[in-house]
Amino acid sequence: MDTHDQYGARGTVLRLLAAAGAAALTLTVGLVTPLNPAPQQAEADGKKVLTVAVAQSVDSLSPFLAARLVSTSMHRLTYEYLTNYDPKDNHAVPGLATKWEPSADKLTWTYTIRDNSKWSDGKQATAEDAAWTFNTMMTDEGAATANGSFVANFKKVTAPSPTKLVIELKKPQATMAALDVPIVPKHVWEKVDDFSKFNNDKSFPVVGNGPFILTGYKADSYVRLKPNKSFWRGAPKFDELVFKYYKDGDAAVAALQKGEVSFVSGLTPAQAAALKGEADVTVNDAPGRRFYALATNPGARSKDGEKFGDGHASLLDQRVRQALFMAVDRRTVVDKVFQGHAEEGEGYIPPRFSTYYWQPTDGQKITYDPEKAAQLLKEAGYPKNGDGKLVGKNGKPVTYRVLCHATDPQDKAVGKYLQEWWGKLGIGVELDCRDNVSDPWLAGEYDLAFDGWSVNPDPDFVLSIHTCSALPATPKDIGATDNFICDKKFDELYAQQLAEYDPAKRAEIVKKMESRLYDTGYMNVMAYPNAVEAYRTDQIASITKMPEAAGNIYGQDGYWSWWSATPAAASESSDDSSQTGVIIGIVAGVVVLAGLGAFFAMRHRATAEDRE
Amino acid sequence: MTAEATPPLVGKTDGRAPAGPSARGPRARTTAGYPRYVAGKLGGAAVSLLAVLVTSFFLFRLIPGDPVKFMTGGRQVSAEQLAAYRREFGLDLPTWEQFTDYCGKALTGDLGTSYQFRAPVIDKITEALPNTLLLTGTSFVLYTALGIFLGTRAAWRNGRLGDRLNTGLALTLYSIPSFWLGLLLIIVFAVGIGPIPGLFPTGGMESGDEQGFAYVLDVAHHLVLPVVTLVAVEYGQTLLVTRSALLDEMGSDYLTTARAKGLRDDLVRRRHAVPNALLPTMTLIFINLGRTVAGVILVETVFSWPGLGGLFYQALSVPDLPLVQGLFFVFAAAVIVMNTLADLIYPLLDPRVGR
Repeated sequence: MDTHDQYGARGTVLRLLAAAGAAALTLTVGLVTPLNPAPQQAEADGKKVLTVAVAQSVDSLSPFLAARLVSTSMHRLTYEYLTNYDPKDNHAVPGLATKWEPSADKLTWTYTIRDNSKWSDGKQATAEDAAWTFNTMMTDEGAATANGSFVANFKKVTAPSPTKLVIELKKPQATMAALDVPIVPKHVWEKVDDFSKFNNDKSFPVVGNGPFILTGYKADSYVRLKPNKSFWRGAPKFDELVFKYYKDGDAAVAALQKGEVSFVSGLTPAQAAALKGEADVTVNDAPGRRFYALATNPGARSKDGEKFGDGHASLLDQRVRQALFMAVDRRTVVDKVFQGHAEEGEGYIPPRFSTYYWQPTDGQKITYDPEKAAQLLKEAGYPKNGDGKLVGKNGKPVTYRVLCHATDPQDKAVGKYLQEWWGKLGIGVELDCRDNVSDPWLAGEYDLAFDGWSVNPDPDFVLSIHTCSALPATPKDIGATDNFICDKKFDELYAQQLAEYDPAKRAEIVKKMESRLYDTGYMNVMAYPNAVEAYRTDQIASITKMPEAAGNIYGQDGYWSWWSATPAAASESSDDSSQTGVIIGIVAGVVVLAGLGAFFAMRHRATAEDRE
Repeated sequence: MTAEATPPLVGKTDGRAPAGPSARGPRARTTAGYPRYVAGKLGGAAVSLLAVLVTSFFLFRLIPGDPVKFMTGGRQVSAEQLAAYRREFGLDLPTWEQFTDYCGKALTGDLGTSYQFRAPVIDKITEALPNTLLLTGTSFVLYTALGIFLGTRAAWRNGRLGDRLNTGLALTLYSIPSFWLGLLLIIVFAVGIGPIPGLFPTGGMESGDEQGFAYVLDVAHHLVLPVVTLVAVEYGQTLLVTRSALLDEMGSDYLTTARAKGLRDDLVRRRHAVPNALLPTMTLIFINLGRTVAGVILVETVFSWPGLGGLFYQALSVPDLPLVQGLFFVFAAAVIVMNTLADLIYPLLDPRVGR
C-alpha cells in the first residue's frame, strides 16, 4: 500500500511534533524529582538566608541616578552616609562621620570622618571620597539626577585631611545631619565617563562600605547581598540577604506561607487578615510614615506672579476650604477605606515622628460637622438654589473635579464618600481618575487632588514643597511645589526653622508651620496609613523596627532592620523538603506509569483493529 | 471535494499539479509562480514592518503626558534644565526629524534609551526576551500538541460522552482568567493544600545561586506552574478549531472511499482526515507563534516571570516612550514575520494557495 509512502513526510512531522510534546512533558515531569526538591530558603546548604519579597523594579543601582525606594534601600545597605538615624527616635547618629559641627556664622560645617571604615576592596574610606562625591554632584548634571537638591545650597566642599570634611554653605541650613547621600569610593567612580548613563549593575561585587556587599543582580529576578565582615558597626548575622521579586502581592503572601520568603511588605487588609492566624508568621501593623490627604488647588501660579491652570475660584476662600474639610468624616475613611489599618489624620507629620508630631488644640480642631459646614458655605456667599445645588458667585452650581490615581483603590473609595458627603451640601463631585496625574497637576488643571507623601525623619522636604520658593519660576518651568500653596506666614516660619540649629527650638517652629497649614485648610490630612507587613518567626528570630517600640521594617531610614536581623534556630525545613521530594518522586512515577499503561493499551487496541 | 483533489499536507514541493478537476486547471501553479508569490509576500511583510515602525512612533505620542515632566516629577526644574532633558532624549527636535532619527537608528538596531532605566531599549528587550520565549515557547509546543491531539479525538467521537467532556472542559478552561488559575495553582501546588504538598516554587524564574545543570533544572522547576497555567488556558482554542475543521471533513466521500478500501479507522483518521483538516489549525498555530514573543502579561505577573510582558506594563505606566515603542515594534514584527512564514509555507501544504 502506497499510503505510507505518500504520507511518509507528514508522518515524520507528526512524529516529530509528538516527540517534541512528549519531550517537553517528560522534561516537565522529570523536573519533579527528589533530586530537585522545592527550595526552602532559610536553610539552603546550611546557609542562613534572609529572603525579602519585593515588587518594585530597580531603576538604577547608581547612587547618582536611583530614585525608587527599592534602589535607595540597596544604597543604604551598601554605602555609608555621613550620618544615620537612630532607630528609637530618628535623631541623627554617626555614620561615616563621627562628629559634625557648624561654625559660629552657621555657614561652615565640619565633619570628622571615621578612620575605621574600609571599602570592600580593602582601601580606606576617607573624607576625600565624601568631598569627591559631593563635588561631582555639584559640577556634573548627570550626577545630580537623584540627590542634587541636597547640594543646592553648597558653596564649596573640601577634604583638608583624610578624617576632616568641610562643607561651606550659601546660607544657613539646619538639615546638615540629614544629608541622605550615599558616599561612593572615589577610586572606583572617578573612572565613570557619563554619570547619566552608568547604572552600576554590570560588575559584582560592587565596592562599598555599608553593612552589606552587593554581589548579584538580575533585573526583576533578584538582588543578592553578602554581609560585609569588616563593617565598622559589626557584620550582619544572616549569611545572605536576597531581595526576590514577586510582582503579585498574593503570590508573595503564598511564598511567605510556604517559607520561600522570610518577609513581605505592603499587605492589603485582606492579606493581613489571612496571615494573622498562620503559624510561624507575625503580622506587623506598624504606624506608617505616610500621610494621605486631600489637597485643594489654591490657584496655580508661578514665582513671576503669572496665574495659570483652572482651579475653582471658590477654593480661594478659606471658609469654603474649611467647610469642605469639615464635611469629610475622617473616622469613616480610616474604618471603611483602610479597614482600620491607619490612624486618623490631623497634623501634617505622622505621629511616628514624635519630635515634629503636632495636633490641633481643642478650639482649633476641625471635626466632622456637616451642618456647620453648610452654615460656613452660606456665610461665604455660597447658598443653595431651589434644586438643592450649591451655587457659586457666577450663579452656576458648584462642581469640583477631584484628581485621583487610577491605580489606587483608596482614592476611588474615598471619592465615592466625597460624592455622598459633599453631595449633601449641594456640591457636585467629578472624580478624574488617571494613570498619569502629573500633567494636570503641574498645569494646575484640577480643583482638588488626592495627595500623599512619605515623610523623612527630617521634615524639611515635605515642608519645603508648600513654600512660595517651590513654585515654578515661570509657567513653563516645573516647581517643587506640591499644589501651589504660597503663604507668607508659612514661608517666614520655614526660613526660621531652616536657620535654627537648636533641635528643640526648631521642632517648635515646625509645629507652628503645621498649625498654620491646618488653619488655612489647603491640606486635609485624612489618615496616616499603616505599614502592614509580615515575617516568618521560624526564619527571623528578631529584627529591629523603626521606631523601635512599634515601627515598620521595610523601607526604614537606615539599615537597621536587615543589619540587625538574627536568624531563628535551625528549623525542620530540610526534613520537610526531602519528604516533599519523596512525594514528588512518587507522583512523577505514577504519572509515568499511567502514561506507559495508556500507551500499551492503545497499541493493543490498534493491533486488535488490524486483526479485524 | 473529491478524494483526488485532496492535497497532501507536506512533501509537494516539486510543483506537480494536484490531480483531479479544478476550476483553474491543473497547470495553474507553475514553478515560476511560487517565486513571484514569495516576492509578493516578502514585499507585503516589508511594507507592514515599515507601517509598524511609523505607527509605533506616532501612536505612543498620543498618550497624554510629558515624559520629561514625569522624569523630573517632585523636583524643581528650570526651563533650561527641561530643555536640556528634552535635548538629551531628542524631544526638542521637530516631530519629523525625531521620526527620521528614530527610523534611521531603528534600522541599525538602536531603539533609543529607556527613560526610567537609563539603559538602551535593545538591552532591556534582549534581557527579557529569552525568558518570555522560554515560557511561551514551551507552552506553545505543549498546548498545540495537546489541542490537536484532543481536538481530533473529540471530533472523531463527535457527540459521544468523551467529546462532550473534552469540549466542555476545554471551553471551561479557555474562559477562566489566566491570573486566577495561576493563583489557584500556586495555592494548591506551590504552597500545598491538605494532603497535596508544595511541589513547585511560588514564583520567579530561578532560585538564584545554582550553576550549570543544576541551574537548568532549577529554571525548569520554576517553569512548570506557569506553563501548566498557559497550556490549560490556551489548548482549548486549538482543540476547538481542530475539532470543527475535522468535523467539516468527516462526511467527505474520500473518507468513505478510504474506509471502503479496508483501511482501519485509526489510519483513516490520522492519514486522511486530520491532514486535510489541519489548515485552519496551522493558521492558528502561526498566529500563536507570533504571539509568543509578546509574552503574557498576566501570567508573567502572577508568577513573577521576568519577561517582556512585565516590561511592557512598566514601560506603559510611565510612559517610557522609547521602551514602549521598541517593545511594540518587536511584538508587531514577530507577528508579521510569523504570518509571512505561514504565507510562505501554505502553498507547500496546500498547492491551491498561491496560484
